[in-house]
Order: sequence, then structure tokens, then C-alpha cells
Amino acid sequence: MDIDKVFKSLADPGRRRLLDLLHRENGQTLTALCEHMDMSRQAVAQHLQLLEEANLVAVVWQGREKLHYLNPVPLHEIYERWIGKFERNRLGALRDLKKKLEGDDDEKA
Amino acid sequence: MKKPDYVYVTYIATTPEKVWQALVDTDVTRQYWADPTAGCARVNVSDWKPGSRWEHQRIDDTHAVDIVGKVVESAPPRRLVITWARPAEEADDSKHSRVAFDIEPYGDALVRLTVTHDGLDPQMLEGISGGWPKVLSNLKTLLETGRALPQSPPAT
Repeated sequence: MDIDKVFKSLADPGRRRLLDLLHRENGQTLTALCEHMDMSRQAVAQHLQLLEEANLVAVVWQGREKLHYLNPVPLHEIYERWIGKFERNRLGALRDLKKKLEGDDDEKA
Repeated sequence: MKKPDYVYVTYIATTPEKVWQALVDTDVTRQYWADPTAGCARVNVSDWKPGSRWEHQRIDDTHAVDIVGKVVESAPPRRLVITWARPAEEADDSKHSRVAFDIEPYGDALVRLTVTHDGLDPQMLEGISGGWPKVLSNLKTLLETGRALPQSPPAT
């Protein structure tokens, strides 16, 4: 999907708040989410729609209830692209720093 | 169906048949189902018929089985539903959670893969919550680029 939509979605504090609410409790209805949002129901619905278009929110119908789920897959792709491949170096640098500060003696560790 | 604990969605530029094959064919699974904590890939072994057993096996010499379950629904290439349990709790159906894979064509060139997991106990919920995004983004990379991911980050 379009990575621009992911970043655009994340650029709004209200939408980040919605993701935080879903992270705390996954699978909420619009009504439940509105209780924690200081804006109109219609505005919350529009934010959820943008999050859904960016694939950051997935929707499941349970009977007549529309449940919203945090979908972390696009965020994981961002992690893989800019963080995952540097992790080895970063951990290596930390290990080297530790050795330098503590002395080059693994027995002491 | 209970209210799902997790719903994961990814869009992949491929065909439903290839996604199905990636789920059930161990030669494909071993290329993307990496688990950093185990240090080796895993494969899912079964004949994938409804009612059959499946096993989540490590592909190292131990062939250790970390997860087992039953095939509930098998409708290639659109829908696969399996149960999911620790080997020690296999006999107790109430300890089985449920995973559904839904594979739908999306537009001309994309497939929408939805993974829904329900009935998880808190410990398992903790354990798998980091796992699915990684497995799904690896799967997407493999199907779109044909490149398998390295088992560990490449040395630089």
C-alpha cells in the first residue's frame, strides 16, 4: 500500500490517539472510541476512515457491530526498512562501548 | 466466532494461489517464517484437509514442535482456518485458539491477506503479538521480490 498514506495518517495527533486507544484495547466500536475523543462522532469516523485507507486500522464486522483493530503490519515494514537492518551494528556498537568502559575482559562481565 | 484478539491485514502484489502455496508448502514457508528467538525458520506441516492435525516445526535438527492444532476449514486458495495450541494442551479443545487466513483478490494486481486470531489466552497473546507482523511482512517481501530473507541481519 501507499507509504505516503501511512505517514500522512500518523502526522495527526487525533489519529495517533485513536491508534493508542486501539493498542490499549483492540477491536473497539466507533461509539466506544468516541468516549475518549474530544471531537464529534463524525470527525472520529473520518479519522478512522483515513487510518483504514492507510491500512493502519483493520475492520471486522461482528453482527451489526463494526470493530476496529490496530494493524501494525505497515509499521513493521517501516521498522524493517529503517531500523531492522541497522540493529546488528547498533548492538555491536553498544557491546564495544561496554567493553571499553568495563575493560576488555569478558570474565568480569 | 468470538470477537477476534488480533486482525492483521497486508496487501501483496501476487496471486491468491501463490499466497495459499506460501501458507501450506513447507519449501516456501521455510523461506519467510523466521523466528529470531528460535534462531531458525519454522514450517507448518499437515496434509491441510479439514480435521487433520498440523504442526509448527523448527527446521533445525531437533524438528521441535512449538505449536500444534487442527485444520478447521480448508478452501484453497481463499480461506484456511486452523486451531492453535501448545503441544502440552493439545488434548484440551478449550485451550485451542483459532487462526483464520482470508485471501481475497484486491483490484487487478493485489491480494488482500487477512489473518484473524481469536481465543488467545493472555500469555499466548503476548507471545504472538510481535510475531504475526514480522511473518506477514516477510511473506510480502518474499512474494513480491522473490528474495528470501536472511536468517539473521547480514554482517556489514
